[in-house]
Amino acid sequence: MRVEQPFSEAGRPIPRRTPTSAPFLDGAREGKLRLQRCPRDGFFFYPRPRCPVCLGDDWTWQEASGRGRVYSYTVDRVGLDPTQRERLPLVVAIVELEEGPRMTSNVIGCAPEDVQVGMAVEATFEDLGPETLVLFQPSA
Amino acid sequence: MGKRAAALVGFTEWAPERKWERPMFGMEACAVLAAEALADAGIEKDAIDGLVTGGLQDSPMFGPLALAEYLDIQTHFSEQVDIGGASSAGMIWRAAAAIEVGLCDTVLVLVPSTPSPSQAGDEARKMVMPPYLAGDAWGSPQSIYDIPYGLVAAAPSFAMVATAYMDAYGVTPEQLAKIAVDERNSALKNPKAVFKDKPITVDDVLASPMVCDPVHLLEMVMPCFGGGAVVVTNAERAKTAKHRPVFLSGYGEYVSHKTVTNMKDITVTPAKPAADQAFGMAGVDRADIDLCSFYDCFTITVLATLEDTGFAPKGQGGPWVAERDLSFAGDFPLNTHGGQLGMGQGGAAGGLSHVVDALTQLQGRAEDRQLASADKAFVTGVGGLMASNVGLVLEGA
Ligand SMILES: [Zn+2]
Repeated sequence: MRVEQPFSEAGRPIPRRTPTSAPFLDGAREGKLRLQRCPRDGFFFYPRPRCPVCLGDDWTWQEASGRGRVYSYTVDRVGLDPTQRERLPLVVAIVELEEGPRMTSNVIGCAPEDVQVGMAVEATFEDLGPETLVLFQPSA
Repeated sequence: MGKRAAALVGFTEWAPERKWERPMFGMEACAVLAAEALADAGIEKDAIDGLVTGGLQDSPMFGPLALAEYLDIQTHFSEQVDIGGASSAGMIWRAAAAIEVGLCDTVLVLVPSTPSPSQAGDEARKMVMPPYLAGDAWGSPQSIYDIPYGLVAAAPSFAMVATAYMDAYGVTPEQLAKIAVDERNSALKNPKAVFKDKPITVDDVLASPMVCDPVHLLEMVMPCFGGGAVVVTNAERAKTAKHRPVFLSGYGEYVSHKTVTNMKDITVTPAKPAADQAFGMAGVDRADIDLCSFYDCFTITVLATLEDTGFAPKGQGGPWVAERDLSFAGDFPLNTHGGQLGMGQGGAAGGLSHVVDALTQLQGRAEDRQLASADKAFVTGVGGLMASNVGLVLEGA
């Protein structure tokens, strides 16, 4: 099966840059977590040309606090994506941001055994060369 | 009383195999499956005027058209269903609904899942799911927001449902493991089951390798090849079938998202609205169901389904499972074929195995694992990452 995912030179899967994802990815490169905010429905994620609730297009980009809590998580012990095997054990998590939306990410900076549902985390960034990932670490 | 317009009358099911030794194109497999299912039903091929299938590897576009030509069947109803693991169950109700509205009289539901002869060598003949599940397509949100973070395949997503369940309701690893043990006890009586020779204990499950916390290897299905088919026909023709007709008296479907990150509440699955719709249509009480056959890609899928379909109180699924025997011989028969956990997941046909499980029992053909009373069954399908759900209420004529 043909794989369309883009990869970094080191072989890590990187986010696909599209016209819609570019402002988010540019923000990550500058160390900022950017979210779209609809004047009626509030913040939403992931980036879309229309608010997913009202389908309006009068949203604006805002810088988020970067603070959130672990909504749920798992620890990949086997490397379900073979290109991620050097990161094992990898904490894959859903983070609920202070602003409301949830995003898929990784929790780093602590032992996988110390991660808990509800744990306070803050954004940190990992430069993969062409693109930057938004990761989370335990709040200071 | 629920619907009595369409009945399932015959089926065929190939034993799942990890390595498939007789490669066949999808349409070649369909021809064999069709012949076997029609013979089982005792219905002539000329009666077929509807076709439902899933993805066909040898006809990725215009699949139902290619299939009609290949099988020399002319149809008033041609459908391809793409709701993940819930597709097989979704095909059954679409077939019945097409018959109910009078579009057609007899529908073949075909679910091939064999490797193509173009795949050479031992490794290629081993069933391996591509980890990105097509989420890497250009522009797919998953390629931007999920795949770079390792949210791939199915295990991490279902594991996060399990983590949240444990946190919210105190479900224990032992309670989840018991589901795999009970299903295995039924698999021991199913000659088609991959794991028919190996009983397991809760300790075995918990000692198996941790794949994605808290999911152990023995709590996940083994991907296999396989195939299956079901014949659905109208009430009149059903009377002429070889075996007891089984009416689809109620059905429901619900789709709410694709990836778990975008579930409104990760501890509430689409099984609830789908089951409520199905039971409402059938006019059947949960208490009157003789057996359940629930899509069981992971043990947590079964636990969540038991709660959300209304058989166990919400949040009580853990102790509820611990207090019952879910095997065919137990007080709550669930997946009497051993489930996909015990039987192996025959690719896309894994979802159909639950329909076949119910049909086998309701037609009195389950041999060593036959239930004493089998008149009403409830079947579910789960697709995507706990994302789509189909519920089917089946009643023997
Ligand atoms: Zn809006």
